[in-house]
Amino acid sequence: MTVSNARSRVPKSQEPPRPDRRKAPTAIPELDRVIHERVRLAIVSALAANEVLSFHELKQLLATTDGNLSVHARKLEEAGYIALRKGFAGRVPRTEYRLTPEGRKAFQRYLDHLEALVRASGRAVRVR
Amino acid sequence: MPRPGPDPRIAPEALGDRAADNLRFIRDTMERASSFTAVPGWGGVGMGASALAAAAVSAFARTPSEWLGIWLVEAFLAVAIGVRAMSVKAARAGVPLFAGAARRFLLTLSPPLFAGAVLTAALERSGRYELLPGLWLLLYGTAIVTGGAFAPRVVPVMGIGFMLLGAIAFASPPSWGTAFLAAGFGALHIGFGFVIARRHGG
Repeated sequence: MTVSNARSRVPKSQEPPRPDRRKAPTAIPELDRVIHERVRLAIVSALAANEVLSFHELKQLLATTDGNLSVHARKLEEAGYIALRKGFAGRVPRTEYRLTPEGRKAFQRYLDHLEALVRASGRAVRVR
Repeated sequence: MPRPGPDPRIAPEALGDRAADNLRFIRDTMERASSFTAVPGWGGVGMGASALAAAAVSAFARTPSEWLGIWLVEAFLAVAIGVRAMSVKAARAGVPLFAGAARRFLLTLSPPLFAGAVLTAALERSGRYELLPGLWLLLYGTAIVTGGAFAPRVVPVMGIGFMLLGAIAFASPPSWGTAFLAAGFGALHIGFGFVIARRHGG
Protein backbone atom coordinates (compact mmCIF):
# COMPACT_ATOMS: atom_id res chain seq x y z
CA MET A 1 0.00 0.00 0.00
CA THR A 2 1.45 3.34 -0.96
CA VAL A 3 1.11 6.53 0.93
CA SER A 4 -1.02 8.14 -1.74
CA ASN A 5 -3.48 5.21 -1.59
CA ALA A 6 -3.75 5.55 2.15
CA ARG A 7 -4.44 9.24 1.82
CA SER A 8 -7.13 8.74 -0.77
CA ARG A 9 -9.14 6.56 1.65
CA VAL A 10 -9.31 9.18 4.40
CA PRO A 11 -12.72 10.87 4.34
CA LYS A 12 -12.52 14.59 3.66
CA SER A 13 -14.02 15.46 7.04
CA GLN A 14 -11.13 13.64 8.87
CA GLU A 15 -8.31 15.34 6.98
CA PRO A 16 -6.15 17.61 9.11
CA PRO A 17 -7.21 21.23 8.74
CA ARG A 18 -5.19 23.14 6.20
CA PRO A 19 -3.40 26.26 7.33
CA ASP A 20 -5.44 29.38 6.76
CA ARG A 21 -3.62 31.27 4.02
CA ARG A 22 -5.57 34.42 4.81
CA LYS A 23 -3.51 34.75 8.03
CA ALA A 24 -0.19 34.56 6.18
CA PRO A 25 2.03 37.58 6.58
CA THR A 26 2.40 39.38 3.29
CA ALA A 27 4.93 42.12 3.89
CA ILE A 28 7.65 40.13 5.68
CA PRO A 29 10.75 39.73 3.53
CA GLU A 30 12.95 36.63 3.54
CA LEU A 31 15.32 36.18 6.46
CA ASP A 32 19.02 36.17 5.57
CA ARG A 33 19.55 32.46 4.99
CA VAL A 34 23.32 32.69 5.39
CA ILE A 35 22.95 33.90 8.99
CA HIS A 36 19.72 32.07 9.85
CA GLU A 37 21.27 28.59 10.17
CA ARG A 38 21.90 27.88 13.88
CA VAL A 39 25.66 27.23 13.81
CA ARG A 40 26.27 30.24 11.56
CA LEU A 41 23.98 32.37 13.71
CA ALA A 42 26.01 31.34 16.77
CA ILE A 43 29.30 32.16 15.00
CA VAL A 44 28.06 35.63 13.98
CA SER A 45 26.55 36.31 17.43
CA ALA A 46 29.78 35.29 19.17
CA LEU A 47 31.83 37.50 16.85
CA ALA A 48 29.42 40.39 17.39
CA ALA A 49 30.25 40.18 21.10
CA ASN A 50 34.00 39.65 20.57
CA GLU A 51 36.27 41.50 18.18
CA VAL A 52 38.34 38.38 17.53
CA LEU A 53 37.79 34.72 18.33
CA SER A 54 40.09 31.82 17.54
CA PHE A 55 38.92 28.63 15.86
CA HIS A 56 39.56 26.74 19.09
CA GLU A 57 37.57 29.24 21.14
CA LEU A 58 34.62 29.18 18.73
CA LYS A 59 34.66 25.40 18.75
CA GLN A 60 34.49 25.31 22.55
CA LEU A 61 31.84 27.99 22.66
CA LEU A 62 29.60 26.31 20.11
CA ALA A 63 30.37 22.78 21.38
CA THR A 64 30.74 21.55 17.83
CA THR A 65 33.23 19.55 15.75
CA ASP A 66 36.16 20.88 13.71
CA GLY A 67 34.47 19.82 10.47
CA ASN A 68 31.11 21.38 11.25
CA LEU A 69 32.66 24.67 12.34
CA SER A 70 34.93 24.77 9.25
CA VAL A 71 32.03 24.22 6.85
CA HIS A 72 29.84 26.92 8.37
CA ALA A 73 32.68 29.39 8.85
CA ARG A 74 33.59 28.96 5.17
CA LYS A 75 30.02 29.77 4.13
CA LEU A 76 30.11 32.96 6.17
CA GLU A 77 33.51 33.80 4.74
CA GLU A 78 32.26 33.25 1.18
CA ALA A 79 29.34 35.60 1.90
CA GLY A 80 31.87 38.21 3.05
CA TYR A 81 30.41 38.27 6.58
CA ILE A 82 33.51 37.11 8.45
CA ALA A 83 37.24 37.36 7.77
CA LEU A 84 39.86 34.90 8.91
CA ARG A 85 43.53 35.36 9.62
CA LYS A 86 45.97 32.52 9.99
CA GLY A 87 48.99 32.93 12.18
CA PHE A 88 51.04 31.31 14.90
CA ALA A 89 50.88 31.53 18.68
CA GLY A 90 54.45 30.47 19.39
CA ARG A 91 54.78 27.32 17.34
CA VAL A 92 51.09 26.47 17.39
CA PRO A 93 49.10 27.51 14.29
CA ARG A 94 46.12 29.68 15.12
CA THR A 95 43.16 30.78 13.01
CA GLU A 96 41.36 33.93 14.08
CA TYR A 97 37.96 35.08 12.95
CA ARG A 98 36.42 38.52 13.03
CA LEU A 99 33.16 40.02 11.77
CA THR A 100 33.52 42.21 8.65
CA PRO A 101 31.63 45.54 8.45
CA GLU A 102 29.33 43.86 5.94
CA GLY A 103 28.75 40.98 8.37
CA ARG A 104 27.92 43.39 11.18
CA LYS A 105 25.38 45.15 8.95
CA ALA A 106 23.84 41.83 7.94
CA PHE A 107 23.61 40.80 11.61
CA GLN A 108 21.92 44.10 12.47
CA ARG A 109 19.45 43.62 9.60
CA TYR A 110 18.73 40.11 10.82
CA LEU A 111 18.08 41.36 14.38
CA ASP A 112 15.79 44.12 13.06
CA HIS A 113 13.97 41.51 11.05
CA LEU A 114 13.44 39.23 14.05
CA GLU A 115 12.16 42.15 16.09
CA ALA A 116 9.76 43.05 13.29
CA LEU A 117 8.46 39.47 13.28
CA VAL A 118 7.94 39.55 17.04
CA ARG A 119 6.13 42.88 16.76
CA ALA A 120 3.99 41.63 13.88
CA SER A 121 2.89 38.74 16.09
CA GLY A 122 1.46 41.27 18.53
CA ARG A 123 3.84 40.31 21.33
CA ALA A 124 6.14 42.59 23.25
CA VAL A 125 9.78 42.30 22.15
CA ARG A 126 10.97 40.61 25.32
CA VAL A 127 13.36 37.70 25.13
CA ARG A 128 14.28 37.21 28.78
CA MET B 1 16.33 23.44 13.49
CA PRO B 2 14.21 26.33 12.22
CA ARG B 3 13.47 26.65 8.50
CA PRO B 4 15.37 29.39 6.76
CA GLY B 5 13.04 32.31 6.18
CA PRO B 6 9.46 32.80 7.21
CA ASP B 7 7.08 30.14 5.99
CA PRO B 8 4.02 31.80 4.48
CA ARG B 9 1.80 29.01 5.84
CA ILE B 10 2.68 29.87 9.45
CA ALA B 11 0.55 32.31 11.39
CA PRO B 12 2.25 35.53 12.61
CA GLU B 13 1.94 34.31 16.24
CA ALA B 14 4.08 31.22 15.52
CA LEU B 15 6.56 33.29 13.52
CA GLY B 16 6.81 35.68 16.43
CA ASP B 17 7.54 32.79 18.80
CA ARG B 18 10.29 31.50 16.52
CA ALA B 19 11.76 34.97 16.13
CA ALA B 20 11.70 35.44 19.93
CA ASP B 21 13.43 32.03 20.27
CA ASN B 22 16.13 33.14 17.87
CA LEU B 23 16.62 36.44 19.69
CA ARG B 24 16.98 34.50 22.95
CA PHE B 25 19.50 32.17 21.30
CA ILE B 26 21.51 35.17 20.03
CA ARG B 27 21.48 36.83 23.45
CA ASP B 28 22.64 33.64 25.18
CA THR B 29 25.41 33.06 22.65
CA MET B 30 26.64 36.65 22.92
CA GLU B 31 26.54 36.45 26.70
CA ARG B 32 28.57 33.24 26.75
CA ALA B 33 30.97 34.55 24.10
CA SER B 34 31.68 37.81 25.88
CA SER B 35 32.17 36.05 29.19
CA PHE B 36 34.52 33.51 27.70
CA THR B 37 37.87 35.21 28.12
CA ALA B 38 37.31 38.37 30.08
CA VAL B 39 37.18 37.84 33.81
CA PRO B 40 39.53 35.46 35.61
CA GLY B 41 37.71 33.63 38.41
CA TRP B 42 40.77 31.94 39.89
CA GLY B 43 42.58 35.27 39.61
CA GLY B 44 39.82 36.76 41.76
CA VAL B 45 40.33 34.04 44.36
CA GLY B 46 44.09 34.77 44.35
CA MET B 47 43.47 38.52 44.69
CA GLY B 48 41.06 37.84 47.56
CA ALA B 49 43.60 35.71 49.39
CA SER B 50 46.30 38.38 49.05
CA ALA B 51 43.83 41.03 50.28
CA LEU B 52 43.04 38.97 53.40
CA ALA B 53 46.77 38.66 54.07
CA ALA B 54 47.17 42.44 53.58
CA ALA B 55 44.27 43.09 55.97
CA ALA B 56 45.85 40.87 58.61
CA VAL B 57 49.23 42.60 58.29
CA SER B 58 47.80 46.13 58.08
CA ALA B 59 45.82 45.59 61.30
CA PHE B 60 49.19 45.79 63.08
CA ALA B 61 50.41 48.91 61.27
CA ARG B 62 51.81 51.50 63.68
CA THR B 63 51.09 54.60 61.61
CA PRO B 64 48.48 55.53 58.97
CA SER B 65 51.19 55.91 56.33
CA GLU B 66 52.49 52.39 57.15
CA TRP B 67 48.91 51.12 56.79
CA LEU B 68 48.63 52.89 53.41
CA GLY B 69 52.00 51.47 52.29
CA ILE B 70 50.81 47.91 52.99
CA TRP B 71 47.64 48.44 50.95
CA LEU B 72 49.53 50.04 48.07
CA VAL B 73 51.81 46.99 47.92
CA GLU B 74 48.67 44.84 47.99
CA ALA B 75 47.16 46.89 45.12
CA PHE B 76 50.20 46.26 42.90
CA LEU B 77 50.23 42.58 43.89
CA ALA B 78 46.49 42.25 43.11
CA VAL B 79 46.93 43.92 39.70
CA ALA B 80 49.81 41.55 38.93
CA ILE B 81 47.71 38.51 39.96
CA GLY B 82 44.72 39.74 37.94
CA VAL B 83 46.67 40.50 34.76
CA ARG B 84 48.59 37.23 35.00
CA ALA B 85 45.36 35.26 35.49
CA MET B 86 43.73 37.03 32.54
CA SER B 87 46.67 36.33 30.25
CA VAL B 88 46.74 32.66 31.28
CA LYS B 89 42.99 32.36 30.67
CA ALA B 90 43.25 34.15 27.32
CA ALA B 91 46.21 32.00 26.24
CA ARG B 92 44.33 28.81 27.15
CA ALA B 93 41.41 29.96 25.01
CA GLY B 94 43.79 30.84 22.18
CA VAL B 95 43.05 34.57 22.02
CA PRO B 96 45.38 37.54 22.47
CA LEU B 97 44.98 39.39 25.79
CA PHE B 98 44.44 42.79 24.18
CA ALA B 99 41.57 41.81 21.91
CA GLY B 100 37.86 41.31 22.24
CA ALA B 101 36.22 40.96 25.62
CA ALA B 102 39.50 40.94 27.58
CA ARG B 103 40.62 44.21 26.00
CA ARG B 104 37.23 45.83 26.59
CA PHE B 105 37.23 44.71 30.21
CA LEU B 106 40.70 46.16 30.84
CA LEU B 107 39.94 49.44 29.10
CA THR B 108 36.66 50.08 30.91
CA LEU B 109 38.23 49.03 34.21
CA SER B 110 41.03 51.60 33.97
CA PRO B 111 39.35 55.07 34.27
CA PRO B 112 37.74 54.54 37.72
CA LEU B 113 40.96 52.94 38.96
CA PHE B 114 42.94 55.95 37.73
CA ALA B 115 40.47 58.25 39.52
CA GLY B 116 40.97 56.16 42.65
CA ALA B 117 44.77 56.55 42.44
CA VAL B 118 44.53 60.35 42.05
CA LEU B 119 42.06 60.69 44.93
CA THR B 120 44.22 58.44 47.13
CA ALA B 121 47.18 60.76 46.60
CA ALA B 122 45.00 63.82 47.34
CA LEU B 123 43.54 62.33 50.54
CA GLU B 124 46.97 61.16 51.68
CA ARG B 125 48.30 64.71 51.35
CA SER B 126 45.46 66.08 53.45
CA GLY B 127 45.78 63.25 55.98
CA ARG B 128 42.22 61.93 55.43
CA TYR B 129 43.18 58.25 55.61
CA GLU B 130 39.84 57.28 57.16
CA LEU B 131 38.12 57.98 53.83
CA LEU B 132 40.33 55.62 51.83
CA PRO B 133 38.58 52.26 52.46
CA GLY B 134 35.17 53.61 51.36
CA LEU B 135 36.73 55.38 48.37
CA TRP B 136 38.65 52.30 47.18
CA LEU B 137 35.66 49.98 47.54
CA LEU B 138 33.31 52.41 45.82
CA LEU B 139 35.59 53.14 42.85
CA TYR B 140 36.74 49.54 42.43
CA GLY B 141 33.07 48.52 42.43
CA THR B 142 32.37 51.18 39.78
CA ALA B 143 35.23 49.82 37.68
CA ILE B 144 33.89 46.27 37.92
CA VAL B 145 30.31 47.34 37.09
CA THR B 146 31.39 49.29 33.99
CA GLY B 147 34.02 46.74 32.96
CA GLY B 148 31.56 43.92 33.45
CA ALA B 149 28.71 45.52 31.51
CA PHE B 150 29.14 42.93 28.74
CA ALA B 151 30.33 40.12 30.98
CA PRO B 152 28.05 37.56 32.65
CA ARG B 153 25.73 39.06 35.23
CA VAL B 154 27.78 37.73 38.13
CA VAL B 155 30.54 40.27 37.36
CA PRO B 156 28.50 43.51 37.60
CA VAL B 157 26.69 42.01 40.62
CA MET B 158 30.07 41.64 42.31
CA GLY B 159 30.79 45.28 41.42
CA ILE B 160 27.54 46.38 43.01
CA GLY B 161 28.56 44.45 46.14
CA PHE B 162 31.79 46.46 46.30
CA MET B 163 29.92 49.73 45.77
CA LEU B 164 27.46 48.96 48.55
CA LEU B 165 30.29 48.05 50.92
CA GLY B 166 32.03 51.32 50.03
CA ALA B 167 28.89 53.33 50.72
CA ILE B 168 28.40 51.59 54.09
CA ALA B 169 32.09 52.11 54.94
CA PHE B 170 31.68 55.88 54.54
CA ALA B 171 28.85 55.79 57.09
CA SER B 172 30.70 53.57 59.57
CA PRO B 173 33.33 54.29 62.24
CA PRO B 174 36.81 54.85 60.71
CA SER B 175 38.25 52.02 62.83
CA TRP B 176 36.25 49.51 60.80
CA GLY B 177 38.06 50.47 57.59
CA THR B 178 40.41 47.49 57.46
CA ALA B 179 37.54 45.09 58.17
CA PHE B 180 35.61 46.57 55.24
CA LEU B 181 38.63 46.12 52.98
CA ALA B 182 38.94 42.49 54.10
CA ALA B 183 35.23 41.92 53.47
CA GLY B 184 35.37 43.51 49.99
CA PHE B 185 38.76 42.83 48.45
CA GLY B 186 39.07 39.57 50.39
CA ALA B 187 35.71 37.85 50.84
CA LEU B 188 33.84 39.25 47.81
CA HIS B 189 36.76 38.45 45.48
CA ILE B 190 37.05 34.90 46.79
CA GLY B 191 33.31 34.18 46.76
CA PHE B 192 32.58 35.59 43.32
CA GLY B 193 35.92 34.29 42.00
CA PHE B 194 34.82 30.73 42.75
CA VAL B 195 31.48 31.27 41.01
CA ILE B 196 33.13 32.79 37.91
CA ALA B 197 35.79 30.07 37.80
CA ARG B 198 33.23 27.28 37.98
CA ARG B 199 30.68 28.74 35.59
CA HIS B 200 32.77 30.75 33.12
CA GLY B 201 35.80 28.72 32.26
CA GLY B 202 38.42 29.40 34.93
